[in-house]
Amino acid sequence: MAKLWQVAKLIRSKNSGPFELTFDVIFKDREIYEKVRDARVINAQWFALTYRLTPEVVSVIAYDAASAIKVTIPRPVISGDVDDTDVFGGQQYGPLVDLEVP
Amino acid sequence: MASEIRVLSATGILGSGFREETLRRAMALRPDFIGADSGSTDPGPHYLGSGETLFSDSAYKRDLRLILLAARAAKIPAIIGSACTAGTDGQLERLAGIAREIAREDKLSFKLATIASEQDKGYLKKKLRERKITPLANAPVLDEAVIDRSAHIVGMCGIEPYVEALANGAEVILAGRSSDTSIFSALPVMRGFNPATVWHMAKILECGAACVVLRKYPDCMFATVTNGHFVVEPPNPEYRCDPVSVASHNLYENSTPYELVEPSGVLDTLHAKYEAVSDRAVRVSGSAFRPAQRYTIKLEGAELAGYQSLIVGSVRDPIILRQFDSWLGGLVAAVKDRIRAVFGDGIERQYRFDVRVFGRNATMGPLEPETGIGHEVGLLFQVTAETQALATALAKSVGHIAVHYPVPEWSGLITSIAYPYSPPEIARGACYRFNMNHVVEPASPLEMFRIAYENV
Repeated sequence: MAKLWQVAKLIRSKNSGPFELTFDVIFKDREIYEKVRDARVINAQWFALTYRLTPEVVSVIAYDAASAIKVTIPRPVISGDVDDTDVFGGQQYGPLVDLEVP
Repeated sequence: MASEIRVLSATGILGSGFREETLRRAMALRPDFIGADSGSTDPGPHYLGSGETLFSDSAYKRDLRLILLAARAAKIPAIIGSACTAGTDGQLERLAGIAREIAREDKLSFKLATIASEQDKGYLKKKLRERKITPLANAPVLDEAVIDRSAHIVGMCGIEPYVEALANGAEVILAGRSSDTSIFSALPVMRGFNPATVWHMAKILECGAACVVLRKYPDCMFATVTNGHFVVEPPNPEYRCDPVSVASHNLYENSTPYELVEPSGVLDTLHAKYEAVSDRAVRVSGSAFRPAQRYTIKLEGAELAGYQSLIVGSVRDPIILRQFDSWLGGLVAAVKDRIRAVFGDGIERQYRFDVRVFGRNATMGPLEPETGIGHEVGLLFQVTAETQALATALAKSVGHIAVHYPVPEWSGLITSIAYPYSPPEIARGACYRFNMNHVVEPASPLEMFRIAYENV
């Protein structure tokens, strides 16, 4: 088993507007992308568990043109509100980095 | 109609910069206009709430001066959207003031159009009553009270106000809040180019050099658009695009790479093709544009959330760190007791006291799955109250109670927190919250925007 960071050239999180958080995993090559995509290890259930959501609000999109997987979730707190920890949403991908992938 | 139109994006966000040499190279490619975005909600609600700007006037002036000099020399339009971060009327006027100053100093003259996008509260309440305002994903509740207490509300314009200003001979257009892509789509759509090709080009160009393989610093980007495709190629010779770098840009700050929602329709990139035409240029084709059933304008609003005072500190004592949770829990209770003793029982409803623990869960808050801590932790005490005076008064009590909060192992008075500053408390000022994520159906695309012309 490899870790996700070993097969990705970029793992990032960012606001998609103040009310959504979006994660991008861009893979090093097409072959490993297809392997991870088809194994469905990046899935709504994992995100729901990690970010304490219901799976229904998690959007997972495979983007073949960039060998990338995009996941979008409702922001836990509106960007910049009193309880927010990360205005840009840029450091919310930590738990993804060491995810085990085939 | 010309067979192609050439588009220059000066930078991803006005004020962040671009290389003068790159602009010179790009101008040699004879662009039909220069565009630049000047705003974003990304840095948070402060800029919409307070009217302050992300960059300094000096930074805006440096970038805008080079753009205006190049555009006037080539006699092509310069189009700037989302003036000075949030696009409020005050921010638009600030950018217009900078443009006038540049014109005076550099002896430029041009017809200036400003597009104001701040919204009238009475108009929005009427639209709300007529059920012409609808929520987008995760929108908070919007009622008339929310509209009333908003510090500023802006509408994000589409291409139509730009097209109107261009048709009236504007040579420089400064807009309040605008969709990023409308800045780059207006002139090409006005000249009759295929909207699907144009909107996709605009999405790739709106962040300047962000679509290159490795962006080391902000810079210009260039596209040549025909009806069936566009070619994107960085004017900076140190940069290159490849099909993956260009396709990847659709991921950025967007909830799906396949759709981009605009006031007048949706760009659908599901069947887009990205092909290398050289080792640094990419041809993009195959997108579709689906016109909207109803024309909508997105609203952005911000309201005051309170005033804050902060205290930064750190803890290094292993004895305290071994019992960190119970020590901190006791500290918070002691702070609240002291505040009640000083300010009376009624104070409970007038403030919030929060602690951020760096080294434990400051980044992810309650979602943090890791439980351990290291050899030290950073503390941020945060007091939120209705006035700055109250927030600071409370923070002074917090600072004193916290710094001496004991652990059972040590007898006598201890100083358990390292404060780097004197005084420890820092007045952060007003803090704001985004309070709407909705769209309005205007009677026409121009109804919510006010265009003014002047000869500068």
